[in-house]
Amino acid sequence: MKVEDIKLEWLKGKGPNSNIAVSSRIRLARNLKAYPFPSVAKRSDLEGVVKEIRELLHKDPYFKPFSVLMLGELSQIEREALVEKHLISPDHANNGDKRYGALLVEEEGVLSMMINEEDHLRIQCFLGGLQLSEAWRIIDQFDSILEKYIDYAFDEEFGYLTSCPTNVGTGLRASVMLHLPALTIAKKIGRVIEELSKLGLTVRGLYGEGTGAIGNLYQISNQITLGPSEEEVVDKIEKIALRVIEEEELTRKHILKLKGLELEDSIWRAYGILKHARLISSKEAMELLSKVRMGVDMGILPAIDKNKLNELIIKIRPAHLQLSIGKELSPEERDKFRADLIRSSFTGGEK
Amino acid sequence: MICQNCKAKEATVNITRFVGGKKEELHLCKDCAEKLLGGGDFLSFDFSLPDLLGTLLKPSLPFWEESRPPSLRCPKCGLSYEGFQEIGKLGCSECYKTFKSKLVPLLRRIHGNTRHGGKIPLRANEELARLKELERLKEELNEAIKREEYEKAAELRDKIREIEGKKV
Repeated sequence: MKVEDIKLEWLKGKGPNSNIAVSSRIRLARNLKAYPFPSVAKRSDLEGVVKEIRELLHKDPYFKPFSVLMLGELSQIEREALVEKHLISPDHANNGDKRYGALLVEEEGVLSMMINEEDHLRIQCFLGGLQLSEAWRIIDQFDSILEKYIDYAFDEEFGYLTSCPTNVGTGLRASVMLHLPALTIAKKIGRVIEELSKLGLTVRGLYGEGTGAIGNLYQISNQITLGPSEEEVVDKIEKIALRVIEEEELTRKHILKLKGLELEDSIWRAYGILKHARLISSKEAMELLSKVRMGVDMGILPAIDKNKLNELIIKIRPAHLQLSIGKELSPEERDKFRADLIRSSFTGGEK
Repeated sequence: MICQNCKAKEATVNITRFVGGKKEELHLCKDCAEKLLGGGDFLSFDFSLPDLLGTLLKPSLPFWEESRPPSLRCPKCGLSYEGFQEIGKLGCSECYKTFKSKLVPLLRRIHGNTRHGGKIPLRANEELARLKELERLKEELNEAIKREEYEKAAELRDKIREIEGKKV
């Protein structure tokens, strides 16, 4: 399987509340009992982990759709594209090669697994809309089938043992990506983040820690992994995400009532720029796409397929642009090709 | 192997010692060995504290009180407690047992909990059930002996042997 062949199911924009909840993601950290964790493991240990996973592919028909990609065999651009797809971490892209790192993935991009990252295994399930419980059901099944063949590092008291003590217990991180332009415009987002952190939840930008909320996209996730059960964590985040979605919707109505014309103007302007620009940076594109997404949602703009808007979030990133053009591009060249791509996807895109 | 102290030079001096009945191995370069062993003081091992996790890991007691004996080391992967403090990551599943007394307060600070309350892998579950059953039978056995019910005790002893034999 090639990096370009991996589709991402969540981009289709299906699932409940998918107007605001862009995606739901769960990851599980797991380690194999027999080997030291990747931070101290020898090359032979790391090779052993990959070998065990490769052998699995033949042992159980469940794993038939999956392929293993060795990071060392991919180009820098391909690795970066996997980061943009949220299938591997930036650390795995940069250092995975040294750790004999790999990615197990199927074509739909719903289930994937980083091998030899901080932990031996980082399983991930990625769905569109707000469907964390469904993501938990899918990943729980994957994990249980894996466990038939693999001896996990598990302790009765501490649960699933992980390299970093911040992940021990369930090893579960559940996150929902929400598009919150109105809360951002109304400057309510700071309060929301503050309140959520009191509940043990973290709010981060699109590409994780310290990336800022590009395009008004925020990820809400749990911090605690030891103590509460998986179901409790998933339920809590789902309920809180619903509450935040409700607040975003209320705020949109409020802004429309108070500054309706200004809002409409800025949304139509964003649409105009995207449809006609000849050069555009990814930051500007993300900001404008956010406005367009909100405009479509609120019925201000003509309907645009959500799938198209979601795909643009990924396709306008540097590595994806370079992969689709088939060569390395300078930042200026990227701005040109990005503008071309957006223009062509909006022309005739109106229904 | 690289010197555990300076982490730069080749370790040429290997020392095995017993602390609290546990075997510990030290691998040092010649210079560090002279420096450290000359005064006969292992406590002069210096270690750097990492930023965030390091702060949490810092003992509230004075270093010399809590950290004696120095250099608690995992028997399986060889990671020392100082090594863990430096990189903030544990080396293997055994580390959780080796550093347990130090990890429990750390986990409480991070998670507000110290006990797992979620999924249990099926296989581990079977093993746990086996251990619990053993524990229960052993208690019964003690009771039976106390009450001088030797016939029952013999029966229980056989059961315990049988289950112990099934060890996964």
